[in-house]
Amino acid sequence: MNTLISLSAYDLMLAALLVLALVGLVARMNLGITQQLVIAAIRTTVQLLLVGLVLKQVFESAQLSLIALIMLVMLTVAAWEVLSRQKRKIKAFWGFAISVISLFVSSFLITLIALFFIIGTDPWYTPQYAIPLLGMLLGNTMNGIALGMDRLIQTAWQQRAVIEQRLMLGQTAIEAIREIRHESMRAGMIPIINAMAAAGIVSLPGMMTGQILSGTEPVEAVKYQILIMFLITAGTGFGVIAVLHLISKRLFDARDRLRFDQLLAEKTPDY
Amino acid sequence: MLKVHDIKIPGLAPISFELAAGECLGVSGDSGCGKTRLLRAIADMDEVEGSVCIDELCRPDVSGAEWRKQVALLPAESQWWFDTVAPHFAATANLAALGFGDEVAHWQISRCSSGEKQRLSILRMLANRPKVLLLDEPTANLDVENTRKVEMLVAEYLAENNAVAIWVSHNRSQLERVVSERYFDFSKAAMVTVKQSTPS
Repeated sequence: MNTLISLSAYDLMLAALLVLALVGLVARMNLGITQQLVIAAIRTTVQLLLVGLVLKQVFESAQLSLIALIMLVMLTVAAWEVLSRQKRKIKAFWGFAISVISLFVSSFLITLIALFFIIGTDPWYTPQYAIPLLGMLLGNTMNGIALGMDRLIQTAWQQRAVIEQRLMLGQTAIEAIREIRHESMRAGMIPIINAMAAAGIVSLPGMMTGQILSGTEPVEAVKYQILIMFLITAGTGFGVIAVLHLISKRLFDARDRLRFDQLLAEKTPDY
Repeated sequence: MLKVHDIKIPGLAPISFELAAGECLGVSGDSGCGKTRLLRAIADMDEVEGSVCIDELCRPDVSGAEWRKQVALLPAESQWWFDTVAPHFAATANLAALGFGDEVAHWQISRCSSGEKQRLSILRMLANRPKVLLLDEPTANLDVENTRKVEMLVAEYLAENNAVAIWVSHNRSQLERVVSERYFDFSKAAMVTVKQSTPS
């Protein structure tokens, strides 16, 4: 198991036949997802082949500017994804700014720390390390950030009368949403805490599995997986803290008044 | 003591008035006419033009939270966020003043009636020792006996602390009982004098 067995186009076609068999069965049974299934299968083939080609180019040229551009695109798409998962529509500018800053903290900074101080790649932006690392951090910390943000805004909206009552009693903005922030922090962190607890017993994490398939010694793969888990956990934590801080700041004004109009795109009712 | 100057609530003429220490001003008018918005403006809960001062201390001189510790707004419907009564109180309250015993501290909020919550919310507000009380229909869901107790408690509080109050009510006869000499009728946009001299 030292070298990876290369897959031929013929191998992939055999796998595609399995999907085709499923499509045939679904069509016969009138289960109604035939079209979506075919389109999704074609999309995944085209998108992944394109990414493969792009990465091949990037890995060969190893130009910092090109790598930076790709990382920027990844960050922008992740910020967009965080926003699209919100139940309440946030003002476009603020929503985007807050998502980008939080994802920068959760993924960019953590990736840089890992490259410089932990893995010690040379040069530090070696794309074989930098891009997959950033991708995994963005993909995973994005969930926590989106969940924490949604929970904070939704709960604050539902409990706006309580928040205002607490303000009326002389509490500061921070005091008035303390419990809601605790709850939102939990909501953002629970998935990664569960993933750490289940890793290796219930699930074999994808990256580790991939490394083992490509011939890496299992213990080496496990070490990388532990590193990634820690990076994701730290990134998620810092990212959720950042997003909760930024959203709470935007939720109140300098006089500690509750101001949903500063945050949400839809009109909030007058009192 | 309380000076309200040129408060500009959208759709209304600028509002100005002054209250002397111990005074209680009534406010009446149809729902939706701006009574609650006036109270919210004085408590600095909404961004509204105009100045509000307590003696020499004006709104911008202190933080929003510090201002609202002194200028207490009692909303028409009280809100509670912990499971039991006690954690909602920042300071010890005179529970007996509205007929509660010490055991009330351990009551479950979910089992309190709306009238009990209303009376507790008044005690919770007074525990902060505010200088200005902004009361939005404070006795709307209380029976006659408790209504009178609340009226007496507020009158005593104002006299003892040299505080002032603005009392919003739909009930003319209540306003005539509680106000020092006048109430502001939003529907007619005019002050109505009901008593000749300020009782102390």
